[in-house]
Amino acid sequence: MSIEKTYAEINEKIRSGKAVVLTAEEVISLVEEKGVSEAARQVDVVTTGTFSPMCSSGVFLNFGHSKPRIRMQKVWLNGIPAYTGIAAVDAYLGATELPEDDPCNSNYPGEFRYGGGHVIQDLLARKPVKLEAISYGTDCYPERELETYITLDDINEATLFNPRNAYQNYNCAVNLSNKTIYTYMGLLKPNLGNAHYCSAGQLSPLLNDPYFMTIGIGTRIFLGGGIGYVAWNGTQHFPGIQKDAEGNVYGPAGGTLAVIGDLKQMKPEWLVGTSFLGYGATLTVGIGIPIPILNEEVMRCVSVTDRDLYAPIVDYSEAYGQRIPGNLGYVSYAELKTGKITINGKEVPTAPLSSYPKAREIAGKLKNWIQKGEFLLSEPAQLLPSYRDQIIAKTLDIKGV
Amino acid sequence: MASKKIILHFGKDISDKPIIYHLAKDFGLVFNIIKANVNPNKEGTVVLELTGEQYEQGLEYLESEGVRVQPLAEQISRNEAKCTSCGACTAICPTGALYLERPSMEVMFESDSCVLCQICLKVCPVKAMEVKF
Repeated sequence: MSIEKTYAEINEKIRSGKAVVLTAEEVISLVEEKGVSEAARQVDVVTTGTFSPMCSSGVFLNFGHSKPRIRMQKVWLNGIPAYTGIAAVDAYLGATELPEDDPCNSNYPGEFRYGGGHVIQDLLARKPVKLEAISYGTDCYPERELETYITLDDINEATLFNPRNAYQNYNCAVNLSNKTIYTYMGLLKPNLGNAHYCSAGQLSPLLNDPYFMTIGIGTRIFLGGGIGYVAWNGTQHFPGIQKDAEGNVYGPAGGTLAVIGDLKQMKPEWLVGTSFLGYGATLTVGIGIPIPILNEEVMRCVSVTDRDLYAPIVDYSEAYGQRIPGNLGYVSYAELKTGKITINGKEVPTAPLSSYPKAREIAGKLKNWIQKGEFLLSEPAQLLPSYRDQIIAKTLDIKGV
Repeated sequence: MASKKIILHFGKDISDKPIIYHLAKDFGLVFNIIKANVNPNKEGTVVLELTGEQYEQGLEYLESEGVRVQPLAEQISRNEAKCTSCGACTAICPTGALYLERPSMEVMFESDSCVLCQICLKVCPVKAMEVKF
């Protein structure tokens, strides 16, 4: 008999403290031992986690009105500009924004020690943040300039809204050239000197729901140490199944999420200002997503292991920047995690950029919240497009004027 | 004359040259190797205590050979509260002082293996590596 559970049934078990919750790591051995059907019968929820740099992140802020009022035309938080092309005292601070006087890569490789992501972390640490604003002055908003200090608790709203997070899968980055390069995948040494990857693999949220059977608009999640929601698909959401030229299948890739939540209940250890030498500033985001075991197919998906999941190996010295299609092959996360892989006959040391211990901690925290009955699952208002929708990535043509 | 502690960084193109020998023979410098990690065809690092009349000339010789010379900082340490165990430093640290413990995938720092090259200070995305002079 096939197993079918509803969100309501699972939530009832969570409320009564009877739900069986495992992390995506713990469920692997259960499925190996008991099989998918028995595991689906026993387990109600599987928790996932990831803790990685996610550039498409930022926060909407409402500062409250000064006396006299100002229609903020430009604002800076600790010297980092925020976007104010919205209402009078609303702004959006992006994670990768830099000070206007940052030397960037004119002093190559730039260090990018402080950016929007660092301001977000300082706000969460309840540090006072310097707010500067200028305007042109209007009859209703006469003030033209202000400078003050704010804290996260002083302002009306701080809504984290990250347009693209939780990439389903990511490249394994290498450097085929003969000089060191500085990328968003870290420092890549010349002549295949190292290989960097960035995924929680078997713990990663969208690798555990590869066909978007449970994660959708309104899914309640662990976000930055607090509670958040899936708002929409992320930008560049192109879910697909990886295949090589011979048609061999290498698992899912390409899905992304837009997520939202109240920054005020998040924690500075789960939203961390981050700098990539020679590349820029960003924010490392902690995300955990619970997967309700609605049926055996969902259980089969969450039992995926690092041996089944693959990253494409991509040259960042030329192929990536020049958008040259193809790759140098696929490598499993199990192989990547051993610390060395072989590319073009050469042994190459590997390193992650995504913290597996933190991913495990997030999945564990979410499991704990659910077991204690503090966190109920929400049924999505709408599921997200999957590989079946065959969304094709558009590219940008440079057209003549 | 007080001896000075310095760090020499060798590119892999010069890792096979007898550079320390020339410091002693041509410039009469007294050297004491504190740590060394030099291998054929690899970038290498030597931490050295150096003293002698022709100290400055010795340094000029080193630089003319393509050796990067850096004053010795006393200690590199890891701020464990800041480190997220992402692992970004582990394939870059030249001596393996920063490495991943398996299967936990926690980043470990073995300061005895550290040759104070300070590359970790630059590549650590969350600036968890610190130097004390």
